[in-house]
Amino acid sequence: MSDRRLEVDGVSKRYGDTVALSGMTFEVRAGEIFGFVGSNGAGKTTTMRIALGVLAADAGEVRWDGTPVTLETRSRIGYMPEERGLYPRMKVGEQLEYLARLHGLTRVDAVRATAEWTERLGVAGRLGDEVQKLSLGNQQRVQLAAALVHHPEILVLDEPFSGLDPVAVDVMSEVLREKCADGVPVIFSSHQLDLVERISDRVGIVRAGRMVAVGTVAELRSGGTEELVVEAPQAAQGWADALPGVTVLTQDGGRTVLSLGTDADDQAVLRAALATGPVREFARRQPSLTELFRHVVSAQDKPEEAAA
Amino acid sequence: MTTPDKLRIGSREAIRLVAVREITVRIRSKAFLVLLAITAAAAVAIPLISHYANLSSGPTRIAVVQQDASLAPALQATAAQLGQKVTVSTVADRATGVDQVRSGDVAVLAESGPQGIRATVKKSLSTPLNQLFQVVDQQAALNAQITKLGGDPATVGQAVASAKVQVTELQPAKARNGQRLTIAIVAALLLYMTLMFVGQSVAQGVVEEKSSRVVELLLSTLRPWQLLAGKVFGTGLLGLIQMLVPAVLGVGVGLFTGALSLSLGSSIGTVAWALAWYGVGFALYALVFAALGATVSRQEDVGGLVLPATAPLILAWVVGISVVPSNPESSLVEWLSMVPPCAPVLMPMRIAMGVAPLWEMLLSLVLALAFSGVLLRFAGRIYRNAVLRSGARIPLREALKAA
Repeated sequence: MSDRRLEVDGVSKRYGDTVALSGMTFEVRAGEIFGFVGSNGAGKTTTMRIALGVLAADAGEVRWDGTPVTLETRSRIGYMPEERGLYPRMKVGEQLEYLARLHGLTRVDAVRATAEWTERLGVAGRLGDEVQKLSLGNQQRVQLAAALVHHPEILVLDEPFSGLDPVAVDVMSEVLREKCADGVPVIFSSHQLDLVERISDRVGIVRAGRMVAVGTVAELRSGGTEELVVEAPQAAQGWADALPGVTVLTQDGGRTVLSLGTDADDQAVLRAALATGPVREFARRQPSLTELFRHVVSAQDKPEEAAA
Repeated sequence: MTTPDKLRIGSREAIRLVAVREITVRIRSKAFLVLLAITAAAAVAIPLISHYANLSSGPTRIAVVQQDASLAPALQATAAQLGQKVTVSTVADRATGVDQVRSGDVAVLAESGPQGIRATVKKSLSTPLNQLFQVVDQQAALNAQITKLGGDPATVGQAVASAKVQVTELQPAKARNGQRLTIAIVAALLLYMTLMFVGQSVAQGVVEEKSSRVVELLLSTLRPWQLLAGKVFGTGLLGLIQMLVPAVLGVGVGLFTGALSLSLGSSIGTVAWALAWYGVGFALYALVFAALGATVSRQEDVGGLVLPATAPLILAWVVGISVVPSNPESSLVEWLSMVPPCAPVLMPMRIAMGVAPLWEMLLSLVLALAFSGVLLRFAGRIYRNAVLRSGARIPLREALKAA
């Protein structure tokens, strides 16, 4: 596997008085799926559009394999724009062949790649139909085929999963995995955080035009505090209050959620719980990406978040 | 990777691909096919109709009764002098003649009476026939007086016929040939319609790409000018087909049926000039429309944009159609045919009428080309700055300014 990487380095962009990106920096390695998450308006789409050269950055640089991305590099990127872009009145097959040829494929290769990808994505039967006659889900599959049809070296997909049914989500994830195994860096954005958690190798959380947290899901979790769930039906109110390093988050009947500080001993908690009577459940809970995301976004951004 | 990586395509290939897509998609569109069918049908119909109209306008039939048979030669001779075509038939009696008038077999029954000719018609006596009968009556009266005075009506007739006005034309008007006028109007109409159609197509095409967001996908691999050039070339070629098919059909049918009696060379010359002006007019308008199209994001907004831009074209056509037929050498038309946005309609019209001196033809062409060169700069800039900005309409000033 190559160690080529797509680097977004200190990219800034303003629209008039609005700062869209300020020093956005991260990298995506070849053979890695990078999940890009953030609130609406945080700068995900702007970053992707700048990487594709559809938008010019005010400052900063996007590099592939150490050299700044040029139009030539871009023709080897597979791009799925957030607002889908296909000619509504053009036939699926002709459209994909056209896009493939614009990216430099010969006619024969374009026809072959179109057949291959429409087959793979389950829209081969619609090659002769106009795009506007397809359901939204199928249009989405065609859109993905358009991003893949020229055998791209890099994939940049803005919200590829939105509007897809579970079967299509599986097909799409599988394709991304496969591309990634071929050594293609894949960057995608999504608001479906469980999905991002499941398929991404690394995740970047973006807020107000900056990357605020980046790493594997496990790495991101290690930054957060650990939680413990204890189900002890006979426990009295405040049974755990006196334990050192432990904060009770909620207690609802017999179910208590605790957060453990660095000096806390979970075994001491278990003993205290057993002292109250039977313990039905005792579990460490790792925060989900959704919780991490809420934490990262809300902790640092109280005033502005209300507007977004 | 299933296929080895290809290098980026060159500009020429990019423009060709865009143009070919434009042509293959649009050539199947209803709007294009309907317009082509209408113009082609009109181009064939106009010379055919004028051909058959000439054939069917046969001589006017006049009936005279047996005892007035001597009237027939006088009627025929006078009609010939007046340039009217008549045939005179003899009927047995008045009743038969009246029957024939009623049934429409003849236009009129003419009888001689003491006060001159008595005409019986179905509804009213046509002006040419009225004139014919009056002249015959006057001639008869004159001949009677000449004979009475001892003269010879034939000698007097010859003397009268030989008297002619001598005219010296210091500034001779060009022959106002009806055919030239027809060709001029058809050429101007075709140019006007095609430029309108092509201009709107370009604007709609740009907006289609913008509103469907496909432009974002395209511009991640094409430069804006390549997309613009391909689009403009493709639509331009379609417009050429739109012009060429009716022009070739019309001139062909006209020459074949003989409805068009101008020389082949002169017809081809007019067509060639019209095509050259199509090219120039297209360069002028297509770029403006592409730039305007780029400033809006919805098809509904195209109409409002297109109208002001087409104003000079409409002005040229209205002035052309209302002034040129009566006054081909009008100085208003002459001036306007020098103004670049109006020239593509008016100059070919003047050329077809044969009233444009060569230096004016060339000057107008040079001015229009220079003007489209200036437009190219601005249009390219507006397009580049506006095409990726969706949402509300972008003011032109802002589109020109933005980096």
